Amino acid sequence: MKIHEYQAKEILRRYGVATPRGVPVFSLDEAAKAAESLGGKVWVVKAQIHAGGRGKGGGVKLARSVDEVKALAGQILGMQLKTHQTGPEGQKVRRLLIEEGADIRKELYVGMVVDRGTQKVALMASSEGGMDIEEVAAHTPEKIHKVFIDPDKGLTDAEADDVARKIGVPDASVPQARSILQALYRAFWDTDASLAEINPLILTGDGKVTALDAKMNFDDNALFRHPDIVAMRDLDEEDPDEIQASKFDLSYIALDGNIGCLVNGAGLAMATMDTIKLYGGSPANFLDVGGGATAEKVTEAFKIMLHNPGLQAILVNIFGGIMKCDVIATGIVAAAREVKLGVPLVVRMKGTNEDLGKQILKESGLPIISANNMAEAAEKVVAAAKGKN
Amino acid sequence: MSILVNKNTRVVTQGITGKTGQFHTRTSREYANGRSCYVAGVNPKKAGEDFEGIPIFASVKDAKEKTGANTSVVYVPPAGAAAAIWEAVEADLDLVICITEGIPVRDMIEVRDRMRKRGGKTLLLGPNCPGVITPEEIKIGIMPGHIHKKGRIGVVSRSGTLTYEAVAQVTELGLGQSSAVGIGGDPVNGLKHIDVMKLFNDDPDTDAVIMIGEIGGGDEEAAAYWMKDNMKKPVVGFIAGVTAPPGKRMGHAGAIISGGQGTAQAKLEVMEACGIKVTRNPAEMGKLLKSVL
Repeated sequence: MKIHEYQAKEILRRYGVATPRGVPVFSLDEAAKAAESLGGKVWVVKAQIHAGGRGKGGGVKLARSVDEVKALAGQILGMQLKTHQTGPEGQKVRRLLIEEGADIRKELYVGMVVDRGTQKVALMASSEGGMDIEEVAAHTPEKIHKVFIDPDKGLTDAEADDVARKIGVPDASVPQARSILQALYRAFWDTDASLAEINPLILTGDGKVTALDAKMNFDDNALFRHPDIVAMRDLDEEDPDEIQASKFDLSYIALDGNIGCLVNGAGLAMATMDTIKLYGGSPANFLDVGGGATAEKVTEAFKIMLHNPGLQAILVNIFGGIMKCDVIATGIVAAAREVKLGVPLVVRMKGTNEDLGKQILKESGLPIISANNMAEAAEKVVAAAKGKN
Repeated sequence: MSILVNKNTRVVTQGITGKTGQFHTRTSREYANGRSCYVAGVNPKKAGEDFEGIPIFASVKDAKEKTGANTSVVYVPPAGAAAAIWEAVEADLDLVICITEGIPVRDMIEVRDRMRKRGGKTLLLGPNCPGVITPEEIKIGIMPGHIHKKGRIGVVSRSGTLTYEAVAQVTELGLGQSSAVGIGGDPVNGLKHIDVMKLFNDDPDTDAVIMIGEIGGGDEEAAAYWMKDNMKKPVVGFIAGVTAPPGKRMGHAGAIISGGQGTAQAKLEVMEACGIKVTRNPAEMGKLLKSVL
């Protein structure tokens, strides 16, 4: 799960991370009021969307008067903000963060993720703050310093100080940097985060260390123990079809092709998409119906796929293990009757009760194209999507 | 022979009183030597009772002492699953197979750290995996037994149904499996491709191996580099997710391309460079395997 910058800053402040003072707002009047209450001479108007690269996309602007805050808020609020992480259509800006301006002397990067190799939380830090860290990692990997944190000890003083010095924090500010790094780790660990990033972490003219930006993602599997974080979820930032799918325990991701896929199992679902591509087609989605699919779930899965106006054909690929093919077949028939398909449907079924499943499909009288293996299924669905049946 | 489990394995089921645990204990017991292999279940509140004749104990330690169980299978729900793994580790079982899907990553970091520091003999398979089967001997997990056939091909994979796909292809070609192992789709897990590959390499009854991976992480690459210098048997491979876009989690918690790392293309290239024959067509895993025998 993702949250907004202002929400991540709220969490980090609770752990003692210094941030500029700021107020989240939803309207122009609120923006002006926020600027007045913050005081000072310079404010930053920041679009709040769940994607990085907001500055480059025109979603972060500096204002030197309350009127300018209001004018900039008017430009940004409601805009379709396009960044390298939003896709070409962009993301509508519905919230802003109005912050006091900061006196930036130096920009640093610090972030934390789970490292699969060491099975520990990894702290990554760099002197190259404010930039896309993936670029830094690709071109100057020597500028990224890593610490793999022992879960018993947490981030030690010595480790934190060492990293702080390596990324260019002056001696006088090292204790501050240490406390921020340790706070970031505690916040990461306590909240079951999957990513926590401060980019940039700045040194101000008077030597203070402050989080100018903040980003946190969380492990979906751990949300059950964090109702306070679940309350921060902003459904406006998520794909409505993906939200609908998750209500039915379906794992769905929209892609840009024209062949819908309904598969049981994540690995087989990916392999099915790959096979479609191999035979010259393009998958419209990833959809894993999971191990316990019922007729209701299958119907819902069809509805979600059919929301896609670009859909030209559907491929169902089921390897029945625990899940029986006849149950899936019944679901397909029920779904096809209820939702009015309108596009060709290719079904490949294998495993438990395969013959029974095939018989149900055949007796339904529906124009279902059947296939015996994945390759044949892909070939047939690609042809069907091109209208060659 | 086989790897990890065989007809002499004695299994304790953790979570035997839940719906999932009951269902799969029943089907696993019906498979091959299951009647003699499934010897115990654990539930502290139901110690002294039984599940369809399988005695239930208060702890894994008790179950081990009373029945000689050396392997556990975990169906405990996500919130308690890591603690269940740890209980089996503390009882010094040989192997813990965790089927449970959806365990918080932090819980897995903790239990893996404790396992390393403890330095015991217990191996962990999973979590979020289908389990392991040695055909016609023993099935531990949720895979459909009937698609398997005893033979000399090893199968190792991060995914469930894609493993079944490979197994069925091997069976259809008239070959069979020595053991088929699902290592699971989570980012922090127990045995990895490289560990299972080492076991297959040393198993006199395995002639060749199908290795199936997917996007995310670097485990397939690590296994490939090891195989380049050490593997004595032919290996063929497939990686799922060539079409997966970066930054999107493809069902499995571990299946995500992030920071430009973990793409299927990169994995396939490393595997090929290390002498592993790969296919981009999952319908041809079996055929490719047959061609290298």
